[in-house]
Amino acid sequence: MLTHELKASYAFVERNFNLSRRYWGWELAFLVYSAAGALSISFIGVQLGDARLLLTLMVGAIFWNYLSVVFSWIAETISVERWEGTLEYTMMAPVHRSTHLLGSVAYAMVFGLVHTTAILLAMIVFFPDLALTSANPLTVVSFFILGSFSFVGIAMLAAILPLLYVERGAQMTFVLQSVLLLVSGVYYPIEVLPGWMQVLSHLSPATYAIDGVRRGLIDGVPVTELTGDIWPLLVMGVVLIPFGLWAFGRAERYAKQTGKLKRVG
Amino acid sequence: MARIGRTTDEDPPVTATLLRKPKTFVPDRLAVPAEAQPLDAALPALLVEGVTKRFTVGRKKKPVLAIDNVSLRLERGGVFGILGANGSGKSTLIRLVSGLLTLDEGRVEVFGHDIARDEMTVKRLINRVSVDAAFFKKLSPMENLLFAARLYGLDPGTAREDAYAILERLGIAKKRVDRPVEQMSRGMQQKVAIARALLTSPALLLLDEPTTGLDPRSKLEVQAFIEEVRLTHDASIVLTTHDLDEADRLCDRISVLNDGRVVAEDSPNGLKRLVAERHGQEPTLHNVFMTYTGRSLDEDVEEDAEPDDND
Repeated sequence: MLTHELKASYAFVERNFNLSRRYWGWELAFLVYSAAGALSISFIGVQLGDARLLLTLMVGAIFWNYLSVVFSWIAETISVERWEGTLEYTMMAPVHRSTHLLGSVAYAMVFGLVHTTAILLAMIVFFPDLALTSANPLTVVSFFILGSFSFVGIAMLAAILPLLYVERGAQMTFVLQSVLLLVSGVYYPIEVLPGWMQVLSHLSPATYAIDGVRRGLIDGVPVTELTGDIWPLLVMGVVLIPFGLWAFGRAERYAKQTGKLKRVG
Repeated sequence: MARIGRTTDEDPPVTATLLRKPKTFVPDRLAVPAEAQPLDAALPALLVEGVTKRFTVGRKKKPVLAIDNVSLRLERGGVFGILGANGSGKSTLIRLVSGLLTLDEGRVEVFGHDIARDEMTVKRLINRVSVDAAFFKKLSPMENLLFAARLYGLDPGTAREDAYAILERLGIAKKRVDRPVEQMSRGMQQKVAIARALLTSPALLLLDEPTTGLDPRSKLEVQAFIEEVRLTHDASIVLTTHDLDEADRLCDRISVLNDGRVVAEDSPNGLKRLVAERHGQEPTLHNVFMTYTGRSLDEDVEEDAEPDDND
């Protein structure tokens, strides 16, 4: 049973890999765009002659790139199939929705890592003298992992939107991703935001993940001293992933009640 | 035992010639699934009882009755045709049986399995070909088929061999199977859709206007293949179509749907007799359609009653 589900999960990994391969031109264009964006923002730090600001901006750009790639692949689980017209066939297949989402999540993380590594290499080429002597790799890796899983739950919830709203769902997903970028302190401390936006900041896992990575990479803070960032990520991961799965199931049922799995357009 | 869509390694390999020898093709195990082996020989492949489905299009509008108390019974190995004008509920009925829509009332059983209670078992037993050949268009036929095979738990190596065999039987050369689907004609894409459904060895095959939009040659090829599948794979088939000659040729029994209700049901010859005896018309399926749907084929302009608003 478990083996079957894992093999079925791999079907989504393989399919998404094939899609990336077939759409390689777009993937390359997106990679160049992402790298250019990350470099552009980093050059603000260079202009101001502030090495710490440069590192802060770089970490924000690189780690946000990773999170947004993971978010996009998971959140587009439904919208891609709706666009291609294959959604009904996938929903008819004898696989659990958790299996379906597991495959999407696995590919999203692998793709995100590859994508982000490429951007990191571009950064190293442009800023070869950057000193990271005090970095704490364990902290960085820990927050990478924690950030990934806590983001998965939100992405799953975002993936529901195209199930509920046939066309506008994908647009809503995009808006949600934009709001997360705005409030999560990706390029600036959340303290500069208006008070009501800071409330949203505390609800975003990216706020804690990016802060943890920065403090580990720039200041070399050990992971054990960052419990204030760790526990919100753990709670969000533990709560949001099961909630996302449950909500996905409810949304699927609603779509079947109202006929929204049907291809439109 | 020779069959397509094998799931275990102990089965002997399939060759393309199997599909060319329908009379000697032993029905496959999946087509008579172990969990559905009938204790009662009369257990139907598909049982639809009192099924009703309503849709609400727009927040303040009255619900539209898409399927109204429909019942039908498909015996194992049979081909059940569903005729009706566009908007009569044919595709909605297929989606209900496929589990893509929930039932408001009634029940549906596939080989004795309730589609709601035994969802996963039923999913393994059925597959569907719809009027629009829906694929990942940038992927090749083989990539699309292997994706489906993995979802149904088939061994990818075996599935690849079987896919080649089925596609070859449908006239798609091996050299074409690795090019993107978007480069294929509509007819070719529909053949790949049929291959995708067949690859999983469905015991119940739901064909929703599989030949609509195909040129005459492709249509004949697909029809011949449906006959062959029925003969060689012990598959039971539900077929919706607007092609009355196709229905006459392929179906054992036909239901005519109008406004979501079954308005006539019998064998093709039985229906023809009915219009001749009761309505004094020439015994053709065309007259059956006109009589029971209350309109001509030219009046078919509406889509199915399912909501097609964006949000």
